[in-house]
Amino acid sequence: MIDKNEKSTIIRMFHVHKNYGSKKALSNINLDVSKNEFLFITGPSGAGKSTLLKLLYLGEPVSEGQILIDGMNLSRIPRKRISFLRQKLGIIFQDYKLIPTKTVFDNVALVLEAMGKKKQFVQKKVNSVLRMVGMEKRFNAMPQSLSGGEQQRIAVARAVVGMPKIILADEPTGSLDPESAGAVFDLLKEFHARGATILVATHDQELIRKTGCRAIYLKDGCQVLK
Amino acid sequence: MIFFFKRAFQDIRTNSFLSAVTIITIFLSVLIVSTLVLFFLNTNDYMNSWKKGIKIIAYLKPDIVETNLVDIKNKIHGLYGVAEAEFISKEEAMKRLREQMKRQSSLLNGFKENPLPDAFEIRLTEQFSNSERIENLAVQIEALPEIDDVEYGRRWIGRFIKLFDLFRLTGYAMSGIFFMAAVFIVANTIRLVIYSRREEIEIMRLIGATDRFIKTPFYIEAVIQGALGGIIGLAALFAAYIYISINVEQSLSFDLLHVRFFSLRLSGAIILCSMLVGWLGCFISLRQFLKE
Repeated sequence: MIDKNEKSTIIRMFHVHKNYGSKKALSNINLDVSKNEFLFITGPSGAGKSTLLKLLYLGEPVSEGQILIDGMNLSRIPRKRISFLRQKLGIIFQDYKLIPTKTVFDNVALVLEAMGKKKQFVQKKVNSVLRMVGMEKRFNAMPQSLSGGEQQRIAVARAVVGMPKIILADEPTGSLDPESAGAVFDLLKEFHARGATILVATHDQELIRKTGCRAIYLKDGCQVLK
Repeated sequence: MIFFFKRAFQDIRTNSFLSAVTIITIFLSVLIVSTLVLFFLNTNDYMNSWKKGIKIIAYLKPDIVETNLVDIKNKIHGLYGVAEAEFISKEEAMKRLREQMKRQSSLLNGFKENPLPDAFEIRLTEQFSNSERIENLAVQIEALPEIDDVEYGRRWIGRFIKLFDLFRLTGYAMSGIFFMAAVFIVANTIRLVIYSRREEIEIMRLIGATDRFIKTPFYIEAVIQGALGGIIGLAALFAAYIYISINVEQSLSFDLLHVRFFSLRLSGAIILCSMLVGWLGCFISLRQFLKE
């Protein structure tokens, strides 16, 4: 029997450990994230914030423990099914990870094309998302011709275009000026308002204080404060 | 599929330098292997034409009357492996001998009677190339009551056929080795291409692209590059063939030096092989890369 609380949990981490050789990156992480929650993962550099997100999108395997995402046990997902898990997630990387040889439009469209969506749908959806992030006029630009803030907006557009249930953002405002950072954060809030569950790894305490959302604090790979 | 083709062409345009390197690698591999195959093919033709020249001479007993000749010819014709049996009278044999001896033919004037016997010159079918089979046939012919003796260059035929088989085997082996070498060279070139695009592949995987979605355009690219490399390689070889045909053949005006080019079907097969080389190279590289 699943209780009401259990039903609304979309991410669950049980006693998760991550080691790189003898170095412990994460120790005994236990975390429940509810549907449509906006959660911050914070802590100093090297605390394990990015590692925690990597475990969620299977960028790295866990060393010990279990992770459940939307009912899927990540330890039991065969290699071939990892892509289907990632299609359910929208990931915003700290270094944007845009493909330098593809235009803004193609970078965003790639997510839908990988899902096998039809050309007309892709065009319509990508244009609408680019309009949402205010980049519709730069659809034909190459990523290297964009500023950091613009690239991050494209990264956000790419993360949300597939309408994922969960958005994982790794330091989405870390390398941006306050104005661009504000714009990107507003976008995340907008997608949260539309029903997405959002996990943001950041060391920006001011941002967390302003939003008043739940945050977990990591230090040396350990969860110190909820 | 149209989407994957579009992506493949787009990728070729975007990575034009590395695509050119792959095409040039395939072109050189095809050129080397095709030159080798063409050489073996032409040499094989010459050896086959020599092989067609292999014949058995069956000498008739001196007391054979002319009326029996048709009967003997039919008997010889009835044996397996005989393509043609031509009667050479002793007068004809003497005439040929005189022609062969040219200036020394006066030596033959000393004979009061023609010492040469009547004979049958027997040509063998093309498939009849085994020295043991030729020997068996010679024994069968010699066993005919009207035949006195047979002659067929036992030693040199054996050696020639062994040499011919060795040559053909060497041809197959070398073509096979060069084909393998071409696959590995192309695989390494494609690996470089994939390595240069590892960031793009990694990003695609992170945003949820399946292996099939990532691999398919690479395979299409490799097959297109293989086809282009093959066509350019064959065109270069054809240009060299035309040059040799016009300059070398004419200046030597030598019938033996007539070189033939690949038939359309064989040219198509070579282009298909070069596409296969591209596909195999891509398969080897991608399998390793996506496992990592």
